[in-house]
Amino acid sequence: MDITQLDPHRRRVADLSPEGASPGAIAPGEVSYFGLIWRRLRRDRTAMLGGMLVALISLAALFAPALAPHDPSEQFRDGLTPDGQPMPSTLLTDGGARFPLGTDANGRDLLSRILYGAQVSLIVGVLANTLAVTLGTLIGSVAGFFGDPLETLLMRFTDVMMAFPTLLLAMALVAILKPNLWIIILVIGVVYWTWIARVVYGQVLALRERDFVTATRALGAGRLFILVRHILPQLVPTIIVWGTLGIATNVMLEASLSYLGIGVQPPTPSWGGMIQQGQSYYRTAPWMVIFPGLAIMLTVFAFNLLGDGLRDALDPTQRGTL
Amino acid sequence: MWTLLARRILQAIPVLIGISLITFVLIYYLPADPARMYAGPSATVDTVARIRHELGLDQPFWVQYTRYIGRVLQGDWGFSYRKQIAVTELILSRVPYTLALILGGIFVELAIGLPVGIASAVARGRWADRVGMFVALIGVSAPPFWLGLLLLYWFGYLIPIFPLGGAGSPVHLVLPALTAGLGGAAWYARMMRSSMLDILATDYVRTARAKGRAYFAAVLRHALPNALNPIITMAGMDIPWFIGGVVLVERVFNWPGLGRLAVEAIETVDVPLILGTVIFTSLMVVFSGILIDVVQGLVDPRIRYGQH
Repeated sequence: MDITQLDPHRRRVADLSPEGASPGAIAPGEVSYFGLIWRRLRRDRTAMLGGMLVALISLAALFAPALAPHDPSEQFRDGLTPDGQPMPSTLLTDGGARFPLGTDANGRDLLSRILYGAQVSLIVGVLANTLAVTLGTLIGSVAGFFGDPLETLLMRFTDVMMAFPTLLLAMALVAILKPNLWIIILVIGVVYWTWIARVVYGQVLALRERDFVTATRALGAGRLFILVRHILPQLVPTIIVWGTLGIATNVMLEASLSYLGIGVQPPTPSWGGMIQQGQSYYRTAPWMVIFPGLAIMLTVFAFNLLGDGLRDALDPTQRGTL
Repeated sequence: MWTLLARRILQAIPVLIGISLITFVLIYYLPADPARMYAGPSATVDTVARIRHELGLDQPFWVQYTRYIGRVLQGDWGFSYRKQIAVTELILSRVPYTLALILGGIFVELAIGLPVGIASAVARGRWADRVGMFVALIGVSAPPFWLGLLLLYWFGYLIPIFPLGGAGSPVHLVLPALTAGLGGAAWYARMMRSSMLDILATDYVRTARAKGRAYFAAVLRHALPNALNPIITMAGMDIPWFIGGVVLVERVFNWPGLGRLAVEAIETVDVPLILGTVIFTSLMVVFSGILIDVVQGLVDPRIRYGQH
């Protein structure tokens, strides 16, 4: 969702490397393409912060079984106050570190649920985005490179998909297909690819007019060969940036669906679902809303920071403008 | 100008056909049986079959689709299975609320986002810019429904300034509009800053300043109108997300708008109501897009007279 992404003339990532050189072509004594990107990224403190947060959240999700103090779905008898209400952090009530972030309305440990919730968020975020980037790149590049009638057909289809209110379309799809983890991933991927298709389409339109394409064609190369060997490598920076920024959006979409009660179904802990439950208790037990929300925000924030940093590193002409 | 408008409306027709077709396909392959939902769980198989026939649900896809579109074009959007009220009546009764929420949200987006973005661009690299952009990035990252609940907790419960939900008076609109708009405000601030920086670096702004115009005059008179252009484009692309996000805000504040109607329809497999709400909101998206294009044409003569 960034204007610089949509205008091919303002993003000349291809100019980063020598004409037509694909990432990975290294001359002796030179820094590789990705080495160069990594060097730039390392100097960017906010991007590194984002990267570290992403690593931290991923580790938390991966090692949730080891890190979580309790089973996320165990309902503790001492997890509720005597009158059956959720308990605030036991650190505040001298109860020690038994429930560090308090409990929910079923007497379950909030910290454990948040740690396990990271698994759902990341799995959905990453896989749905992989699907969206794949679909978007495929449709955008085919439409941009092969021209009519495929171009009109595919891009009009993209327009139609973009005209649906995103969340409503996702809701309708999930409701029809019955919510489970794989359906959620599929649906989010299917509503999100349009953005990437637009961006890729714009870039391919500009790329196909470039001299190196004409030259390769003059040498007798087929169109599919040019697309796969010469156009697609030029899209690698875009794919990397959207592969990161898109995860942020998809984590948010998953949380929104779960909040509406049509995401990953209980008892599997998901951050959006936790907030949905917390909504009924927000006056007396605000921690039930605050902590899962912070987890969503931190995750989305981390991927946004990293994605912005990657964009700057991949295209230094845009550095600092966003 | 009129040709631009006419062209955009013509372009919208295939998009609308596509939308209705896709929605209809989704409904057609719905695993839940709408006739059964309509008849209720205690109805006999014969009753369900009779209802299926009466509703035309036993007809082939294309017959159902063309019949439906034909009726929609004549203003007959069918009756809600659940409520037994005309879909158009249900939708129209909710439109004012959703419209109020959308306009309030957009007002918050622009009233906060644009000034912050301009200030940030002018103060580029200084601490005000850094703080502003950091806060904006946090704002972009916060889930709107969570922000809404926090606002409710602080300004509805702890400090009871605003009502805890529902609709009815302008006071009821404040927190929902803030919730709908804050994320977008953060986003527009980032976009506006980026767009302003591009324009501030152009030759004509430098020329304006070289001619002796004061810095702020140069910024406001020369840079701002040009910097707004990409922002308007972004607004057009933001609309599907924004209208989708309104669903969440309506849920948080118990706001009686279209989004809640759509959610209810989806949850109860109320086919005519699902079709009606999804197609109606998509119509809103498409026409907002046209409106944005027209505004852009008014602002930018290059678009008005150009080929694109």
